Amino acid sequence: MKSKVYSLGGQPGWTLLFATWIVVASATLGSLFFSEVMGVPVCVLCWYQRIAMYPLVLILAIGLFPYDPKVVRYAGALAGVGWLSAMFHVLLVAGIIPEGVQPCVQGIPCSETHISLLGFLNIPVMSLSTFTLIGVLLFYAHRMESS
Amino acid sequence: MNRKTLFISVAGLLLLVFAGAVVLYQQSASESRNQSVLEREGAPIKGPNDAKVTIVEFFDPACGTCRDFYPLVKRLIDRYPGKVRVMVRYAPLHAGSDQVVRMLEAARYQGKFWQALELLFRSQDRWVVNHKSQPMRALTVMRVLGLDMERFSADMNRPELVQTIQRDVQDGQTLNVRATPEFFVNGRPMPSFGYDQLSRLVEEAVADAY
Repeated sequence: MKSKVYSLGGQPGWTLLFATWIVVASATLGSLFFSEVMGVPVCVLCWYQRIAMYPLVLILAIGLFPYDPKVVRYAGALAGVGWLSAMFHVLLVAGIIPEGVQPCVQGIPCSETHISLLGFLNIPVMSLSTFTLIGVLLFYAHRMESS
Repeated sequence: MNRKTLFISVAGLLLLVFAGAVVLYQQSASESRNQSVLEREGAPIKGPNDAKVTIVEFFDPACGTCRDFYPLVKRLIDRYPGKVRVMVRYAPLHAGSDQVVRMLEAARYQGKFWQALELLFRSQDRWVVNHKSQPMRALTVMRVLGLDMERFSADMNRPELVQTIQRDVQDGQTLNVRATPEFFVNGRPMPSFGYDQLSRLVEEAVADAY
């Protein structure tokens, strides 16, 4: 792993940011696939998570060329917001937060799930794990740069 | 490999995977579009029964776009005499529409389905308020049809009537009908939404079938 990291120009932070970008771009395309191709309705909370996710595709790409380690700060703020709304969404679906608190009573209820892989992997859980992964990658990118 | 080449190849690869997934998904979706879910014995039909082209329309009487499409659907039946028929299925997506759909079905028991439908479309402004159906107002509108009202109210609560509507709603869910009107011409949905797209789809289906 390490030798590969250094072969990409001696900046391990860059490689980690690039990995983050791949995660973010895949998540963006995946969510567009769910809504635009499969026709899954998008609830309000899903939109909040998209608002945090989609700009990362551009922000991280700009931070990669030319490499700007400070991009971790901007991306981190967005990832944090996304992580919080994903966490709220997961708790809502799990029934830990009661129905009455949810912001979208009319239209498409956020507590309803449409896709379930392996029995537990619904869209909010996918979103939360993706934001967690993004957060971890950004954290290490930041640490490698400052050490 | 330098960074830019790496980035561009990965981006291209991701887009390629996405495009591939779209194609695969659309192929499998059109294969699984089950004819028995699409067309049901006993659903209201306009046009000749032996027509080889069937337009299946999922509709809500409270939907303004369904009202706007109705003249076009009628024109399409007339444009290809004997070749095209339309089968309507209920998709009561508006609040309160489930009751109005039951009224339509009850009017059908008295042989007045199409008159009732045209009347409801024509006077939609009088019984749809803020995108919500007002069943009592719809009932008032329907008085001019001269229905046997006693039979009408009894029919509205018949279990087979409720079952018919539930079956349509379920079929709509199976077929992913999330907005009305949704048209299928011999099983094919419109490539994108619009009057021309529907006309073209029917034109192609007629050319294929005859």
